[in-house]
Amino acid sequence: MKAFLILEDGTVFEGTHIGASKEIISEIVFNTSMAGYLEILTDPSYAGQAVCMTYPLIGNYGICRDDMESFKSWPDGFIVRELSRVSSNFRSDMTIQQFLDENGVPGIAGIDTRALTRILREKGTMNGMITTNEDYCLEDILPRLMKYTTGKVVEKATCPTKYTIAPTIALEQNGPLSGAARFDRAAYEREKRPALVKSLNGIGLKVALLDLGAKSNISRSLSERGCEVTVYSALTPASEIIADAPDGIMLSNGPGDPKECASVIAEIKKLYDTEIPIFAICLGHQLMALATGADTYKMKYGHRGGNHPVKDLSTGRVYISSQNHGYVVDTDKLDPSVAVPAFVNVNDGTNEGLSYTGKNIFTVQFHPEACSGPQDSGYLFDRFIDMMKGENENA
Amino acid sequence: MPKNPNVKRVMVIGSGPIVIGQAAEFDYAGTQACRSLKEEGVEVILVNSNPATIMTDKDIADKVYVEPLTVRVLEQIIEKEKPDSILPTLGGQAGLNLGMELEESGFLKAHNVTLLGTTAQTIRNAEGRQEFKDLMEHIGEPCAASLVVESVEDGVAFTNTIGYPVVLRPAYTLGGSGGGIAHNQAELEEILENGLRLSRVGQVLVERCIAGWKEIEYEVMRDSMGNCITVCNMENIDPVGVHTGDSIVVAPSQTLSDKEYQMLRTSALKIINELQITGGCNVQFALHPTSFEYCVIEVNPRVSRSSALASKATGYPIAKVAAKIALGFTLDEIKNAITHKTYASFEPTLDYCVVKIPRLPFDKFITAKRTLTTQMKATGEVMSICNNFEGALMKAIRSLEQHVDCLLSYDFSALSVDELKERLKKVDDQRIYVIAEAIRKGMDYDTIHELTQIDVWFIDKIAILVEMEQALKEGPLTVELLREAKRIEFPDNVISRLTGVPEEEIKKLRYDNGIVAVYKMVDTCAAEFAASTPYYYSVFGGECEARRTEGRKKVLVLGSGPIRIGQGIEFDYCSVHATWAFSKAGYETIIINNNPETVSTDFDIADKLYFEPLTPEDVESIVNIEHPDGAVVQFGGQTAIKLTESLMKMGVPILGTKAEDVDAAEDRELFDRILEQTKIPRAAGGTVYTAEEAKEVANRLGYPVLVRPSYVLGGQGMQIAISDAEIEEFMEIINRIAQDHPILVDKYLMGKEVEVDAVCDGTDILIPGIMEHIERTGVHSGDSISVYPAPTIGDAVKEKIADYTARLARALHVKGLINIQFIAIGEEVYVIEVNPRSSRTVPYISKVTGIPIVDLATEVIIGRTIRELGYIPGLQPEAEYYAVKIPVFSFEKIRGAEISLGPEMKSTGECLGIAKDFNEALYKAFLGAGVNLPKHKNIIITVKDADKHEVIEIGRRFEKLGYTIYATKSTAAALNEAGVKARKVNKISQESPTVMDLILGHKIDLVIDTPTQGRDKSRDGFLIRRIAIETGVNCITAMDTAKALVTSLENASKRLTLVDVAQL
Repeated sequence: MKAFLILEDGTVFEGTHIGASKEIISEIVFNTSMAGYLEILTDPSYAGQAVCMTYPLIGNYGICRDDMESFKSWPDGFIVRELSRVSSNFRSDMTIQQFLDENGVPGIAGIDTRALTRILREKGTMNGMITTNEDYCLEDILPRLMKYTTGKVVEKATCPTKYTIAPTIALEQNGPLSGAARFDRAAYEREKRPALVKSLNGIGLKVALLDLGAKSNISRSLSERGCEVTVYSALTPASEIIADAPDGIMLSNGPGDPKECASVIAEIKKLYDTEIPIFAICLGHQLMALATGADTYKMKYGHRGGNHPVKDLSTGRVYISSQNHGYVVDTDKLDPSVAVPAFVNVNDGTNEGLSYTGKNIFTVQFHPEACSGPQDSGYLFDRFIDMMKGENENA
Repeated sequence: MPKNPNVKRVMVIGSGPIVIGQAAEFDYAGTQACRSLKEEGVEVILVNSNPATIMTDKDIADKVYVEPLTVRVLEQIIEKEKPDSILPTLGGQAGLNLGMELEESGFLKAHNVTLLGTTAQTIRNAEGRQEFKDLMEHIGEPCAASLVVESVEDGVAFTNTIGYPVVLRPAYTLGGSGGGIAHNQAELEEILENGLRLSRVGQVLVERCIAGWKEIEYEVMRDSMGNCITVCNMENIDPVGVHTGDSIVVAPSQTLSDKEYQMLRTSALKIINELQITGGCNVQFALHPTSFEYCVIEVNPRVSRSSALASKATGYPIAKVAAKIALGFTLDEIKNAITHKTYASFEPTLDYCVVKIPRLPFDKFITAKRTLTTQMKATGEVMSICNNFEGALMKAIRSLEQHVDCLLSYDFSALSVDELKERLKKVDDQRIYVIAEAIRKGMDYDTIHELTQIDVWFIDKIAILVEMEQALKEGPLTVELLREAKRIEFPDNVISRLTGVPEEEIKKLRYDNGIVAVYKMVDTCAAEFAASTPYYYSVFGGECEARRTEGRKKVLVLGSGPIRIGQGIEFDYCSVHATWAFSKAGYETIIINNNPETVSTDFDIADKLYFEPLTPEDVESIVNIEHPDGAVVQFGGQTAIKLTESLMKMGVPILGTKAEDVDAAEDRELFDRILEQTKIPRAAGGTVYTAEEAKEVANRLGYPVLVRPSYVLGGQGMQIAISDAEIEEFMEIINRIAQDHPILVDKYLMGKEVEVDAVCDGTDILIPGIMEHIERTGVHSGDSISVYPAPTIGDAVKEKIADYTARLARALHVKGLINIQFIAIGEEVYVIEVNPRSSRTVPYISKVTGIPIVDLATEVIIGRTIRELGYIPGLQPEAEYYAVKIPVFSFEKIRGAEISLGPEMKSTGECLGIAKDFNEALYKAFLGAGVNLPKHKNIIITVKDADKHEVIEIGRRFEKLGYTIYATKSTAAALNEAGVKARKVNKISQESPTVMDLILGHKIDLVIDTPTQGRDKSRDGFLIRRIAIETGVNCITAMDTAKALVTSLENASKRLTLVDVAQL
């Protein structure tokens, strides 16, 4: 069946319909990762958006449910050049077509995704419609596209009630699970994951994770280091979290415009005012900045992909990071007595992280939990653990 | 960290002659690195024995030594030039080994020379098998169970503990030389013995066999601060067991989930950090196909063939960045040259798919085994880019220029399903065609996967191509079907064959419906940032990013495709120089080429680069966009010449010599007419199509005769026949490949072979010099030792040659380059063949005479005259240096290949010896080619009867040098009779000890074995030569070469004079 992608500027792409049969209006963004489409589809930060993959061959290794970053798919739509007709991977549970159907995600294939990316790069992120209606009328559609906003998506993406994840007992403590010499097939059969084993430096620590639309690998990164993670809904009052006396608080990633989250920001300010160590990622990082008087702005087309270099200003080292954000903290309006930049994007100089003056708080714009993308900055979870243990040299 | 201020004079070590496993990629890397160093104000002293390279040009380095790559020579250069640093990681394994030897001997320290980039300790850790294994164990990275052994006994004992099969990898060798898989003790002993000998340190790694696992590579960069990035990863379609250089490779990996991709990426970064590499590095992994188990196969702490491929696949200039890192820069300080917005500390992301296919030399070595193993055999490779895998595969296939254009190109339709199953188990270069046939016969994916271990995803892609073949065969050819066929890159001629619709009609149907190629940009970032570098590839469907540019005159330079025997790096040298010369003259330049290993496909050589197959249809699509003012075909070898007619049909003027004149040189009748008109003699001969006609001509001329197809390069299919039976045999071989052109039969003349390259402006001729071959006629010019200035030819003959050259060039209306080969017999000169285009000797003669003939030819093509360019026409005065170009072979890599020299070219590369004294130049040439004698002072001589009288003098001279001579019965008799002491040894077929035992005893320096006239049918001679080659013994098959060698040994001197070619 034919499908159409109609952009706010009147551009129309004709392609083939994939996934669920429904018409959607959403914000169109592109992601430049070459692998990890399932992690992207199940990343709650994409709520309210439709994702275009710039890599043209998608679905090659099918769907491995173990790799899902949340329980369902979040984007409103999925835009690809080509979907593989076979799924070739020993863990594959189903094809990507089945997954899109099952999750009710409509999409379009067979369009020139590079041309679409070039438009978004030049004109900035814009809204669009995916439809199978061949008799579409641009005059009716374009005003509807202009009106669309992602709205209060955090409320949709967060968990309804709090729950606790026990620490994972690492499969092996001496090296990567996948070592040929000591590959433990039984352990692998249990976990089905190539967990690169971390030292269990977090044993005994309790972490409160404020779920703003969290990817699973944030809690996993903590629990596999031995932490006990309690996940709270984004709507939880700060007092409730503080009353549970966690050793540290983690603010997760999440979707949408940070300024839509006024009530959450107010609660985060209360968390800031405690002495509890805090580590925040992506939306959490933006909300902490807003809570402490800084500002955020919308980027032209954001950063979405697995190849962005960020520089740790404390060491001068550059790490390749996984990114997914359309808003960024405005460093021009930063009060150094509150927070100073800790990371910067090497490509465009935008802010990638903050260190809070006189507080046990640090926050990053990128995704140290990876999934999809490089694992280079996973050391930040260890830095957080050190902070919770009072071993942070900056404190 | 900014540039290290102490680095001012850097010596760069090149990789030497092109051999299998070490090819043009190091010219690309070296050239890019030298330019990068000069950009930072560093003085570059370059050493490379290979004259056909661009890196040895005076515009690339400040001082250029085309000298043998030995430790002694490098020490002498260091003493003379006093560099403060050396950079050994750009010259492949050869350069790295030399750098290490200099460091280990303490010479560098004694002369205050710093090893730039990766440290010696790091190189030892990465290259030494045991050190590497220990290090991996230390950081918890898995390697396959293995042991480094120094004897066959230890190898057998260890294998008994881990079980067969095992993989054997000699330490410090290139292209996996001497390695292999052993399935039983006999195989183990054979491979191990060979491997121990080839290893520089006498070590071989015996390793658990992980054949069948996925082979994945990562190209990694690291700077001195410890910042790391991966440039790209690649997946070998052929699983572990086939050398990556012989595998079909796709980038990025296609069948890895993010979990697997990141697991291996993290491992690669961990390894490069632990090794503390500074620069580029390649990490190879084996990944178990049904678990997360993986093994690190190896690490190359230097730029490599894979890094060249990764550079071209992503647009990330690895060698350039590696050179900057060596100077002290960090990744976040080096700008991305493509986007100018991002930095080198950024991982390229692709929005297309890249396929590389190796160019294997089995068309040259028809007796060789086609089986692919861990020993690399490919001489070159092609790369293609498309936004779907099927299309990239189709484009790569037709780029190979091996008479293949789709998956039907090798016909296996006669095989039954059972036969196909057997055939699928055979790992060779035809496997994808066999898989396609298996799919046509209905074999299911799982069965094919089980037999080949190739991932089902790739099998499905082949199936999609097969389904399209069938859809086209069944018809009707609708617009929609055509659109889909073009999307997956079926060329019009294949569609025409399958549908029966004439190609012209298909083209019209396409144009009428807007089904045309559009061009996308390789920009390192999947369009996330605007890029300014016009590096394009084609796809069907979508937006075209290439724009027709106007203003300047525009020229299309056609490249020479994959490196193969007979068409090597020389033609890339010519293409690049022509491009630069056009650019200097104000032209806008466009290069089309498909070879990822070369300088011409660097994105900053021409104004625009189209990375595309060199077929008429692919070229026409580009012409339709660019509308060039003309095209040059005379620099790109036969690949470009073959496109002449098509270009003219497209309305593109051919710049320089006209197509009909090129034809006149190739067409027997036309050429005979020209010779008659210019009164130049040639060997009598005739043009034939059938064996009957050939025999008739041969008998009329009298044997021996030379038989060869027309319109070929490198003497492909050329043979000397001495009987009707041989004529029949050769004609059958030649006709196995469909012939559009007639076959030539000539009287074989024996004399001195002489060669000239000249520039003609239509009126005047410039001849930089005359080159004389050491081997008499009958040995292909590319396999002969060539000497400039011609040492044994008198002035009268030289004048005659210059005169004939001028007459021929004028008669053929040459505008640009011409190459002519002559035979001189006494005072008589005969013409053998005329090629109105660039030749393999162009870079060599340019360098040794200092006359930039490609630049001059380009100026002439543009319309200037030789006189205007400041040259006096005619034969130029001889240089004061002798320059000897010697061929280099890769026979040890190709099991079963016949090594004896003949009219068909077999060498893969060449090196140069240059000195004021002829004998020293000759000695240097042999030294550079790896003939480093004496060792044990024992030689074996076994020659055919016709050579018996000549061998006496050679024997006597070797005896005088203190060599002990062993000879087979009749040769020994001839020598002893003449008073030369020779010990008789038995032939292989006779009882032990035989000549074979002698060679295997590792005490022989040299074998001189001349095969009987025509094709040597005796297994004995063939075996002797093969054993010699495979055990690393120098083997000479022509009397003239033997004479030259003994002359060079008589004049061997420890201290060589050094010549800076940049000063010539």
